Amino acid sequence: MKLDCKHVWKHISEYIDNTVDAKLLEEIELHLEHCEICAAILDSTRNILILTADDRTFELPVGYSERLHKRLAKELERS
Amino acid sequence: MVYLTLFSIVKNETEAEDAAQETVINAYRHLASFRGEAKFSTWLTTIAINEGRKKLRKSKGASEDSIEEQAESHEGDYTPAPLTDWREIPLEALERKELREALRIAVAELPDIYRQVFTLRDLEELNIEETAQALGINPGAVKVRLHRARMMLQKRLVPFLKTTAPARKGFFGRAL
Repeated sequence: MKLDCKHVWKHISEYIDNTVDAKLLEEIELHLEHCEICAAILDSTRNILILTADDRTFELPVGYSERLHKRLAKELERS
Repeated sequence: MVYLTLFSIVKNETEAEDAAQETVINAYRHLASFRGEAKFSTWLTTIAINEGRKKLRKSKGASEDSIEEQAESHEGDYTPAPLTDWREIPLEALERKELREALRIAVAELPDIYRQVFTLRDLEELNIEETAQALGINPGAVKVRLHRARMMLQKRLVPFLKTTAPARKGFFGRAL
């Protein structure tokens, strides 16, 4: 069976997570070889995940660790 | 990791930091109740989620039910943006500060149920089972919400890149 683009989009997330079954995986890969649009969607989604995992994207506030340690020390003193 | 999970719930830096401190203190106090049935990180995340929800109730004065779960909508457009431009964006484009800022805003603006799943899976790197356990939902719901969150972010960020990326050829590998 030949997959259409919408079918591929539906499974993009599972494809990225490598949780699609072998048969579907093969069909998706075959589709991606010939469809630039779906390949671009896949790449862009993966790029978002790469950016998300980049430590510079979601940073802790300045002084976070110091304040946490101070609060912990205070709690330990009290208990 | 506790802070980012909490920020995804309370959406306020000060409240998230305060709740993160409470989480660590609570975890320390209840360490004896951790029996290794779940991974330590999942256990800690569950405490953090409870602290976050407690904060929300306090600040909004809302009942637990009203903030617990939003209805899962079967409607809505969860298809990606079908553009080819991104493939031509060079790797250095991903280094831009504005892009990271755009992603932060896009994640913050996701509906709560999607943002929480996205944060635990793609930011905190919990697996499907751990995410389901921490949020008290089933693994199927995690998969659906994660897919929708990723598609919403893709759709939101592609136009941003289209207007700001330099128009020259490049490549970006498929390996994650």
